[in-house]
Amino acid sequence: MDKANEVPLLSEQDIVLARQLVRKKAQETGLSLIDQTKLVTAASELARNTVVYGGGGTMNIAEVARGIRRGLRLSFRDQGPGIPDVELALKDGWTSGTGLGMGLSGAKRLVHEFELATKVGEGTCVTIAHWK
Amino acid sequence: MSTQKIPILRMGQLLLVSIQVDMHDQLAMQLQDDVTTAIQKHGSRGLLIDISALDIVDSFIGRMIADTAGMARILGARTVLVGMQPAVAITLVELGLSLPGVSTALTVERGMELLQRPARGHG
Repeated sequence: MDKANEVPLLSEQDIVLARQLVRKKAQETGLSLIDQTKLVTAASELARNTVVYGGGGTMNIAEVARGIRRGLRLSFRDQGPGIPDVELALKDGWTSGTGLGMGLSGAKRLVHEFELATKVGEGTCVTIAHWK
Repeated sequence: MSTQKIPILRMGQLLLVSIQVDMHDQLAMQLQDDVTTAIQKHGSRGLLIDISALDIVDSFIGRMIADTAGMARILGARTVLVGMQPAVAITLVELGLSLPGVSTALTVERGMELLQRPARGHG
């Protein structure tokens, strides 16, 4: 476990810092500008969900490789209320809060891999991966 | 952090805003407040928002821009969004935000041209 690659997501300022870290790692991994932009945008949406809906949590960022392909995997974890209806939460335009309802569904469209694990009362973990 | 503000420049009947920092959400909402207040105070007819320095626009910033343009229209000012980077445009549309109702131009110059043309009956 590399703790250096885990950052707290507790405030709005942490969302900005998370975006900047993902940008830096995406550049180092050699993602194209468009892929960097997609990944950073997805990270921004998910980091905001962690802060606003999850009551805060962490982002874990790891470089991954599959054969000769390199990529980045990001996990957003909170111990918040969880999502009772995942299917509904992934619908465009659906929001439980004041958002636009594009965060979760939009983030899913922007990246190559998207996985959502959630349990009501225990928390949510969204893991995304994007490959070069 | 909380004292940070995005400057709003007045040029005749126009207001110019150039977003040069990676905005946290509160700063984005502050900008929305400041812009609408400035439109009302100066009776501005046009608002130009330059986002050429932004390397991402997520749904929060996108919504803030769309809402600001809507508020400006109700207050009698047209909004032109200029300088969006191509990667940002691609990502925004894929995210599901196409910013309906917001006029756009590639450069500040073209944006100014648009705002200086007589209004054509709709925002």
